[in-house]
Amino acid sequence: MTPLLQVKNLAKMYGARIGCTDVSFDLYPGEVMGIVGESGSGKSTLLNSMAGHLTPDRGEVIFDTRADGPVDTVTMSEPARRMLGRTDWAFVHQHARDGLRMSVSAGGNIGERLMAVGDRNYGNIRARAADWLGRVEIAESRIDDRPSAFSGGMQQRLQIARNLVTGPRLVFMDEPTGGLDVSVQARLLDLLRNLVREMGLSAIIVTHDLAVVRLLADRLMVMKDGRVVETGLTDQVLDDPQHAYTQLLVSSVLQV
Amino acid sequence: MSDYNFAYLDEQTKRMIRRAILKGLAVPGYQVPFASREMPMPYGWGTGGVQVSAATLTPEDTLKVIDQGADDTTNAVSIRKFFENTAGVATTEETEKASVIQTRHRIPEAELSEDQILVYQVPIPEPLRFLEPRETETRKMHALQEYGLMHVKLYEDISQHGAIATSYAYPVKVAGRYVTDPSPIPKFDNPKMNMAAIQLFGAGREQRIYAVPPYTEVVSLDFEDFPFEASKADHPCDLCAAEDSYLDEVILDDAGNRMFVCSDTDYCRSRRDAGHMGRLSEEAA
Ligand SMILES: Nc1ncnc2c1ncn2[C@@H]1O[C@H](COP(=O)(O)OP(=O)(O)O)[C@@H](O)[C@H]1O
Ligand SMILES: [Mg+2]
Ligand SMILES: [Zn+2]
Repeated sequence: MTPLLQVKNLAKMYGARIGCTDVSFDLYPGEVMGIVGESGSGKSTLLNSMAGHLTPDRGEVIFDTRADGPVDTVTMSEPARRMLGRTDWAFVHQHARDGLRMSVSAGGNIGERLMAVGDRNYGNIRARAADWLGRVEIAESRIDDRPSAFSGGMQQRLQIARNLVTGPRLVFMDEPTGGLDVSVQARLLDLLRNLVREMGLSAIIVTHDLAVVRLLADRLMVMKDGRVVETGLTDQVLDDPQHAYTQLLVSSVLQV
Repeated sequence: MSDYNFAYLDEQTKRMIRRAILKGLAVPGYQVPFASREMPMPYGWGTGGVQVSAATLTPEDTLKVIDQGADDTTNAVSIRKFFENTAGVATTEETEKASVIQTRHRIPEAELSEDQILVYQVPIPEPLRFLEPRETETRKMHALQEYGLMHVKLYEDISQHGAIATSYAYPVKVAGRYVTDPSPIPKFDNPKMNMAAIQLFGAGREQRIYAVPPYTEVVSLDFEDFPFEASKADHPCDLCAAEDSYLDEVILDDAGNRMFVCSDTDYCRSRRDAGHMGRLSEEAA
């Protein structure tokens, strides 16, 4: 089987400082990869370099495109990369305000990607927005409300709906549950897990919260100082960590 | 004539503006940056349009200036005076006799011809500004034809009002390429933008010029199930009985009596001169 995504020797520097370096892995269709590590270990840098939000200094990010098969997205044209960004790729930001248009209604937020790829039927756009509100457990009656009137958890669920409406083949998520209350986090995790299963989503999830990857990720990469120090099946890595840093990470969680 | 250079601006500035105009005509609907000059009038008075007119006028031209369709508003009168004083060109109120027409908020009712130029005063040239304030981003969206956001604005309209409520500055796509702001003309005027005359747009404060060459396709954006409609008040003109012109509503008295009259004063007058009579013709006469 062709990997959906092949990352090869990816590196991003901030001047002399390492953002991330020497990162290589394959992601297969239907797989969820978790990236964990303490704050500042390079998780967001790596995610943004893969998703095209940052230009990497070295390496390849090869995506199995529908039209042309595996293509290096780092060197593809900007229009093509931006097109991927609103069709086959999705990006869920930690802060919903970075991923939503706060001055546009919930329905308009969900409909934007549909309109961006050429849907010109209002009734259809609205029906799909209503359907997606239901799927992320937001009452359909809120369809014309602005996200600024929503709670943090609802905003995050709206952001997810807005991203998934076009049926992306790869979803990038940066701390999707970060900053939310614990009970709200649990509900969001539950929702994400169901969506991942139902839709057979392929995803890369960055988090510093091991409980999140325990629930969602098939495989795990552990990062420290911009490098991957350990990788493996989630349960294996969490239950039998090999690297000293991973052991520290896991034990500090167990102490909580 | 006065001590000014012809049409106020120096020749070098006019050449710079003409280059921007030619570039605009070569890339229909694309906003060309230009170095807008201080004009002896405030920005809201159409300094962009005035600069484009200044760079367009020749001594042989006949100029007409309208504001909301009327030749006799303060704004129209002062711009017309400005060019009478600085360029010494002939002026007219008759659409057919004008070779250059500067306008704010309307397209004349009479069909324009190949030997005419229509100059629009534009306050905000960027149609994407409403939803994306970052100029770097809107420029990229134009370059890559990422116009989904424009439909988000129309979607919001329908979801809030049950129909596309945008009635002025209704966005258009020019020559199948650039989404463009037609300036705050009523959407009733949008279909007229498919015309034989040259259309030039000047935004002074925002320092942009854009253009629509003759016979260029201009399409108003819409949805399949909410198609664009060039709507107007559902009345004939009370003075000239025109059924096909854009109307202003005028309150007549405290009792709530009102009348509808052509916003294009020259069109209305020429119809009355030709003997057309509206509901209130006697009283008005
Ligand atoms: N814009 C930036 N400029 C300079 N250094 C940065 C920038 N963003 C992140 N860094 C640095 O890069 C490293 C990795 O940061 P980041 O990818 O944000 O880590 P994480 O998401 O794991 O917390 C850190 O040392 C951080 O200080
Ligand atoms: Mg981070
Ligand atoms: Zn009339």
